[in-house]
Amino acid sequence: MIEWLTMESWSPYIVGAGIGVLIWTTFLLSDRPLGASTAYAKSAGMAESVLSRGKTEQMPYYQKVVPTIDWQWMILIGLVIGGFLSAYLSGTFTILVVPPVFAEAFGTDAIFRSAVALTGGLVLGLGARWAGGCTSGHGISGTLQLSLASWVAAICFFVGGIIVAGLIFGFSFM
Amino acid sequence: MAYENLRSNARAQIVLGLITGVIFGFLLQKGGVTNYDVIIGQLLLTDFTVVEIMLSAIVVGMIGIFLMKSAGLVRLHVARGSLGATVVGGLIFGTGFAVLGYCPGTAAGAFGSGALDALVGMVGIAIGAGIFAHLYPALERSILKKGLFPADTIPELIGVKPGIVVVGAIVLIIGVLYLLAVLGL
Repeated sequence: MIEWLTMESWSPYIVGAGIGVLIWTTFLLSDRPLGASTAYAKSAGMAESVLSRGKTEQMPYYQKVVPTIDWQWMILIGLVIGGFLSAYLSGTFTILVVPPVFAEAFGTDAIFRSAVALTGGLVLGLGARWAGGCTSGHGISGTLQLSLASWVAAICFFVGGIIVAGLIFGFSFM
Repeated sequence: MAYENLRSNARAQIVLGLITGVIFGFLLQKGGVTNYDVIIGQLLLTDFTVVEIMLSAIVVGMIGIFLMKSAGLVRLHVARGSLGATVVGGLIFGTGFAVLGYCPGTAAGAFGSGALDALVGMVGIAIGAGIFAHLYPALERSILKKGLFPADTIPELIGVKPGIVVVGAIVLIIGVLYLLAVLGL
């Protein structure tokens, strides 16, 4: 068991099956699909309500997605802890700002990578809420329920991502 | 329902959310998808780890969810999409996906494993979600309901019993996974 936890990586099939089983439990015990992007909207709402006092709660979107610490928000905290535990146990925890593939194409400037990450994140967060979910909420939890919107969304995530990644790094298949 | 008390217990749900998130983050990190290079490799179609994990999760998840649904233990959570919300939002998401190199879940796991660019990305995601919250009333009036899809689910759309679509989808997905393995992707 302990060798398993300290392994650097697991087969994608095992990881996928594990996520599938995890989703059984979220439906059964919490009556919810497993998603990550709602928590970011809640975080934005909580940050804003500290700054604007009261007005935030009246915004229509935050009536729908209530900015509070709940199951959905804790997923995000758990994701950070789980990522840390896995990396720490396998001895692969490394502080890094510029990933190798990015550095190879654009150099090792941490400020430039951070600016790109902030911009990319902003577009990603906007798109996730616009589409009503992300790679987990639509891409896994929605598609496995045979949701039409989730299949269309997942296809659009990859179509958009493949085109833009190709524009940035060059299309590998051409 | 048998689990009604647990589901409506706010404090228990906070603990469950944390445990679920920890397991999810652990799995994503072990799968390698908290790594920027792996995600970009998927979008450049040179590394299919992301798709292999997603498809395996879909197959296993689908079997359990539809079995539990027929036993009356769970209900589905699907919402009607539209061209204006799903397609436009999905393409915006894809753009951010390629620029950031993480998605909302993997960014959090990546930060946990030491990637500070993922933390910056997480701040960006929250700002983007906050911008959407402000634009929401205007978008709701203008674009989000444009081109509403004719059905909530694929079985409804094609008029076939869910059980049959589940079996078909599983066969198809396993076929794709087999093909990816044979091609060595």
